[in-house]
Amino acid sequence: MTASTGRPSFRGRQSSRIPDRLFRGTSGVFAVLIVIVLVAIGILLTASSLQTWGAFGLGFLTGITWDPVAGIYGALPFIVGTLVTATIGMLIAAPIGLLTAIFLAELAPRWLAVPLGFLVELLAAIPSVVIGLWGVFVLSPVLRVTVEDWIANSIGKVIPVFAGPSFGVGIFAAGVILAIMILPTIVSISREVINAVPTAQREAMLALGATRWETTTRAVLPFASSGIIGAVMLGLGRALGETMAVTMVIGNNPQIPTRLFDQGQTIASQIATTFSEASIGLQTSSLIALGLTLLVMTIILNIIARMLVRRVAGDGVGMATGG
Amino acid sequence: MAVASGVLPQTLVKSRMDRRRSFVDRFFRGLCLVAAVVAIVPLFAVISFVVVNGISALSIDLLTKAPKAAGIGGGALASILGSLQLVGLATIIAVPFGVLAAVYTSEFGDRRSAAIIRFAADVMVGIPSILMGIFVFTFLVLPFRQFNAFAGSVALALLMVPIIMRTTEEIIRLVPSSLREASLALGVPAWRTVLSIVLRTGLGGILTGIMLAVARAFGETAPLLFTALGSRLVNIGSFDRPMDSLPLFVYTNARQPIKALNEQAWGAALLLLLFVLTINILVRARTVSHGRAR
Repeated sequence: MTASTGRPSFRGRQSSRIPDRLFRGTSGVFAVLIVIVLVAIGILLTASSLQTWGAFGLGFLTGITWDPVAGIYGALPFIVGTLVTATIGMLIAAPIGLLTAIFLAELAPRWLAVPLGFLVELLAAIPSVVIGLWGVFVLSPVLRVTVEDWIANSIGKVIPVFAGPSFGVGIFAAGVILAIMILPTIVSISREVINAVPTAQREAMLALGATRWETTTRAVLPFASSGIIGAVMLGLGRALGETMAVTMVIGNNPQIPTRLFDQGQTIASQIATTFSEASIGLQTSSLIALGLTLLVMTIILNIIARMLVRRVAGDGVGMATGG
Repeated sequence: MAVASGVLPQTLVKSRMDRRRSFVDRFFRGLCLVAAVVAIVPLFAVISFVVVNGISALSIDLLTKAPKAAGIGGGALASILGSLQLVGLATIIAVPFGVLAAVYTSEFGDRRSAAIIRFAADVMVGIPSILMGIFVFTFLVLPFRQFNAFAGSVALALLMVPIIMRTTEEIIRLVPSSLREASLALGVPAWRTVLSIVLRTGLGGILTGIMLAVARAFGETAPLLFTALGSRLVNIGSFDRPMDSLPLFVYTNARQPIKALNEQAWGAALLLLLFVLTINILVRARTVSHGRAR
């Protein structure tokens, strides 16, 4: 837990020798610098997007047109794209991730759980751009001829949201890619949260004659539930800001998607594809305003998620896959 | 049920229910196993496609030639050298920053400020890397109207700092108090004790954190898009000008509708993957063998 008593440190033994004070001061400067950087990110993104907030006010968030030629900027297509792709990713990754975490923490023997857990975490280490490359040349074409055509030709004929045509690249492919990318986050943090459940909790249930699965669902998961929700939210936070892989498979169309297989654009992918060529002025300012919107969304989500995880599993969880 | 229990012995009724429970148990345990298998499929799918497509594109030219100034051909030399320089400078910035911040929060700072700083580092980890790019853009690119490699390194360093800080902190926490006390009792000043006892004892773990941060920075594309920008020219040491990196090379070549360039992207992706996975496997194998998950 945070600052547990009896943790070794120099606290309370402050030396007044000059080199000691100098060293303490220097390390303190760097520590404070972390807070300063965080505050500076907020301030600089706000200051650099003032032009946009001045021109459109909060209407920027609800505007549906993004037209650099006409000088009209609205963020809604990208906000919708971000939320929809992240939600698809979460809907796919959360159940698979939770079941995997249960398997690793509760069911698998150690000789299997260790290498499997290692492999899942290794997935998080693959650079986003490499996943994107695979996504655009391998996954999207496969998705198109399998899942997408199948859905479009069955329920798509009845419910317009699922209708074709399907392109492979688009909102759905981006959601699948995000599911793959947030899976390690959900698995490893849920696993730690489940591991933090006291053993006595399980033993009591098993001693009553419950099966392993009954023990898991009735004695372990209720105990870990807020932490698991936190793990899923951390995954969601990662999905909101994930840039390169999404940019490569989403189709880069700045419109509000109306169908699952539409090509779209998230906040991050819109910034990635247009920022470096944007003319300095209202266009850059609007892209930074998009960035500020994303910053607020992810920070709120992350703070809530970390508080939930910490409540169950204590401090310092999820560093290896965080972000 | 009332009828059944009248006819059948009690044990049989119970065992039918037990059979159902045992079926549910086995069904869901099987489902968990299936989920775990599904969870590692993408890893093997990505690795195998990158290896198969990348090996045919891997050539001496890819490793030793710069991209041609115009058109197709050449290699990824500018990107390889760029990545090494960008990540190198980022590491030089991030290591003292992260390690000293960790020393402060775990050794000197009072609990409240340590908690605030730790919290800030956690929030920083959650900030999308592309926003670090924009942040650095606003003060290192915009004022000079010049994309530059230094800005790229700073953006990468900002991603590395919280990772290094939190891993260092966890390691320092494991150094026993008695070592500090012994050192202080011998008259060694606190700053020397931290440097040569605390940090020295935790060196292996700190290096682990640094290597993981390096691997992460090596694969990052988004923070470089509007800082280092990318370049077709080999840039050695000119941090005031644009510089390429391997991830940028993969991204730009993947987005061209030209097959030869796409193949180069696969080749560069293989290099990237080899580097990142090697570090991760070495580092994590070491941590696992030392009996700590992280």
